[in-house]
Amino acid sequence: MYKAARRLGLVFFPAFDWAISPTHPEREERLLYTQDQVLEEGILDIDGIYEYRPRLATVADVERVHVCVPDVMSRVTASHLIAAGGAIVAAEAVLKGEVDKAFAIVRPPGHHALRIVHGARGFCNINIEAIMIEYIRRHYGKKRIAIVDTDCHHGDGSQDIYWHDPDTLYISLHQDGRTLYPGTGFLDEFGGPNAFGYNLNLPLPPETGEEGFLYALDHFILPVLADFKPDLVINSAGQDNHYTDPITNMRFSAQGYARLNDRLQPDIAVLEGGYSIEGALPYVNVGIILALAGLDYSGIREPDYSPARVAQSSRVSDYIARLCDETYKAWQQRETLRAAYVRDKKEISRRRQIYYDTEGLMETQEETTLVCDSCGGLTWIDSRTDRGRHILAIFIPRDACRRCQEEGHALFERASAGAYRDGIYLQDRVADQLLKK
Amino acid sequence: MFVGLDMGGTHTDAVLIAGGRILRHYKTNTDPEDYLGTVTRALEAILAGINPSSIKRLNLSTTICTNAIVTGRSSPVGLLLEPGPGLNPALLACGQKNFILSGSIDHRGRPTSPLVEAEIKAADRELQQAGIRHLAIAGKFSTRNPEHELAIKEALSPGYDFITMGHRLSGWLNFPRRVFTAYLNSAVAATYSSFAAAIETFTTKKKLPVAPDILKADGGTLSLEASQSLPVETILSGPAASIMGALALAPTWQDAIILDIGGTTTDIAFLAGGVPLYEPQGISLAGYPTLVRALFSYSLGLGGDSCLQVQEGRLTIGPGRQGPARALGGPAVTPTDALITLGRLDLGDKAAARQGIAELGDKLGLGTLHMAAAILQQMAGEIARQSRALLAKINSRPVYTVREVLAGKQLQPAQVIVIGAPAPLLAAELEAAFGLPVIVPHLAGVANAIGAALSQPTTELTLLADTEQGLLTVPEEGLREKIPAGFNLERARNRALELLRERLVRLAPEVAGTELEVVEEQSFNMVSGFYTTGKNIRVKVQVKPRVTPLKGDADDV
Repeated sequence: MYKAARRLGLVFFPAFDWAISPTHPEREERLLYTQDQVLEEGILDIDGIYEYRPRLATVADVERVHVCVPDVMSRVTASHLIAAGGAIVAAEAVLKGEVDKAFAIVRPPGHHALRIVHGARGFCNINIEAIMIEYIRRHYGKKRIAIVDTDCHHGDGSQDIYWHDPDTLYISLHQDGRTLYPGTGFLDEFGGPNAFGYNLNLPLPPETGEEGFLYALDHFILPVLADFKPDLVINSAGQDNHYTDPITNMRFSAQGYARLNDRLQPDIAVLEGGYSIEGALPYVNVGIILALAGLDYSGIREPDYSPARVAQSSRVSDYIARLCDETYKAWQQRETLRAAYVRDKKEISRRRQIYYDTEGLMETQEETTLVCDSCGGLTWIDSRTDRGRHILAIFIPRDACRRCQEEGHALFERASAGAYRDGIYLQDRVADQLLKK
Repeated sequence: MFVGLDMGGTHTDAVLIAGGRILRHYKTNTDPEDYLGTVTRALEAILAGINPSSIKRLNLSTTICTNAIVTGRSSPVGLLLEPGPGLNPALLACGQKNFILSGSIDHRGRPTSPLVEAEIKAADRELQQAGIRHLAIAGKFSTRNPEHELAIKEALSPGYDFITMGHRLSGWLNFPRRVFTAYLNSAVAATYSSFAAAIETFTTKKKLPVAPDILKADGGTLSLEASQSLPVETILSGPAASIMGALALAPTWQDAIILDIGGTTTDIAFLAGGVPLYEPQGISLAGYPTLVRALFSYSLGLGGDSCLQVQEGRLTIGPGRQGPARALGGPAVTPTDALITLGRLDLGDKAAARQGIAELGDKLGLGTLHMAAAILQQMAGEIARQSRALLAKINSRPVYTVREVLAGKQLQPAQVIVIGAPAPLLAAELEAAFGLPVIVPHLAGVANAIGAALSQPTTELTLLADTEQGLLTVPEEGLREKIPAGFNLERARNRALELLRERLVRLAPEVAGTELEVVEEQSFNMVSGFYTTGKNIRVKVQVKPRVTPLKGDADDV
């Protein structure tokens, strides 16, 4: 019988009894055909492939990453906690050495969920990768982690959560934000003042084919990873770059995804988007599973695959080559660029608006970060929504220096509850707790 | 009167049951060179002097197919596969001649590429030239639409002796298992068919008013006639016979562990609320995972005849068996010798047993009686440890819905039911090792034959409806029919139960009134763009598995 060259853990949670709404792309049926394909191929019988049972993530696991307004249980359903818990189960299987790699095929996804959560964005309420990563760091020690986000949409939530974290390299490949939700993910989104350069975006033009993705992998992602030397590589495995996906415009195939994963070899992959639930997901997921397990994936092919469907124009190829070159250069020059960006500022602020598409909600954030050479830096965000919510969220990073810790607590003490009608939150990652007043 | 016969690898047990009592019990050695002789010898003994017209049921559990596979005494099989795109099919080529054919069906049963007739014709010629008479045809997703499997058969020359069609074996998805199951079914068909013919001759000659039923690995039975097209269903039914026997002897509504302690192995099984647990996929035989539904049973290499050794200051029990106990002239000391030494068993040369235990004791610095007690304690401890490990594994089986994760139902055995010859003698040690009440039913030593006698027909069926395509498929029946608009889960459930009832009448007319149950049902909206285009409905129904209770109720047992 088949034997995997690398031991692979699978957490399969199709949530057959949960949907956003009956006709929503994120609905009960989404992983049905993937499960059919996985079962029919006999993948769970393969020696070296083990299936794990998902569990619920705890409120504390979520609060380690997010400030949910007013609280976690108002913003999630059980399914969100199981998707996050499923990712944690996958990660633990790897970190305990039970398997070499793991793939969490769970739903709903999470990469559009930002640090502050007022509601759902792009089908995401909480960021399941980030919850998994911070769980890993809390229980298995400090790690340098690289996230390679291959979802077709820019992972603005993951970018936001790791914006100030130099120990987490976030690389996103996605369809250019000028043509797709959420409209972010450009080259100049390069990281906060204390993690400048550790957020890398590669906005690909619509109709990028197999060739373009693999080019970006070889000429940009793998070289950057070689420089960063992560302890763990996580793949945010969105599968909506597929040529049949109904809500995007790319030309990637199951073979392409399998080859990408074969070369990238992430330690943990977590399913993100992908809404071609019949034409793509069964084949893409099986392709990724085989590639991660070191099995022959050359026979994986969509029924309607043809070279014409995955071809890309030479204009696209030239554009991607220039893009990779420019972004890789920026990465190499990140220290110089940071010095120019920070100069002699003590703190750096930004103001932005965040749109919650599911609920039609607009949030305005004023974010300030202390410039700090010894940690990710204290950050605080004044957040208001157009529904009248108003909070202050203070973030003390994981490895905060003494000054940033003290300033954070002082700010929490000082801030007047009267000024923020919906509360003042302090996420203290050093103490691993969330305080609210 | 009910007759049950369980043919094991070493022994064959037969019982005659009437009025809630075992009237007769006969034990004989299984002759692997002559299964039919073994069966007839046992039946002759049980039926001697009995009026044939009083026999209401004759159930047999046989190892004939298992043995044919394990010893390789099976027919050469030509394998015709339609794997389509996916996993490399090279490892599935288990036949004597294997053909990978073009064509493919997708997960919703839609043909996505056509068969190529010339390939099938070429395969046919090669099979004819090689003189291969037994074939197996298996396609990926053939359970979702059998038309390609049927077309392959149609394109072959007529007159092959036996052809297994993959979609008829099971409604479960799993192409590799479908291939192996189809292969095994064809490989044992000839051996099984001659055995069945001989049994039929025997019952006719004896003027028995009932046709024999054959025990399956899922603890149910199948008529002799029906079993001839599905001989693979009769593999490894021995553990099922024991589990059903335990259930008949010690009925319970609790979670429980069932132990069948034999000479070479201890088989461990579980009850969830009194119902036996199934293998999640199907049983494995001789390295082939199959789709044959089976009761969950784990065979631990630890029994009364396991050889005892002291290695590096530690006592080991099994997993090997070198022969009978020292008391019975065997070469190695065994747990049976410990039982004899402690005076719990009156058997063979007691001095030899004592001597053997004393030798082991010397190596560990223990007195003879202490040594004997330590052996039994360790044996019970190892059985308990293994049972707990299996339980942990079962309790961490994956689940796929929010409801199941939240429910988090865990199997928590409240008792241990022990059968097998040494069962009563080990009860105290087992009770200590498990920390649970241990029940040793009366007649624990012949539970397997009782289980065979009291098992009832079972069958199952899978119904898939795709309202967008307007089609309904029942793979086990080879059925594909049109459905009207407005077809829904309720109508699907009713249709499935109706078809199951018809199947049961055909396979086992005598129990046509048995209770049926829905095991699984799901209905998914299928959406194209942002509009619902139909429903994908899946229903699994089965005959509720049960045993005739040994005493009481309306049955005459």
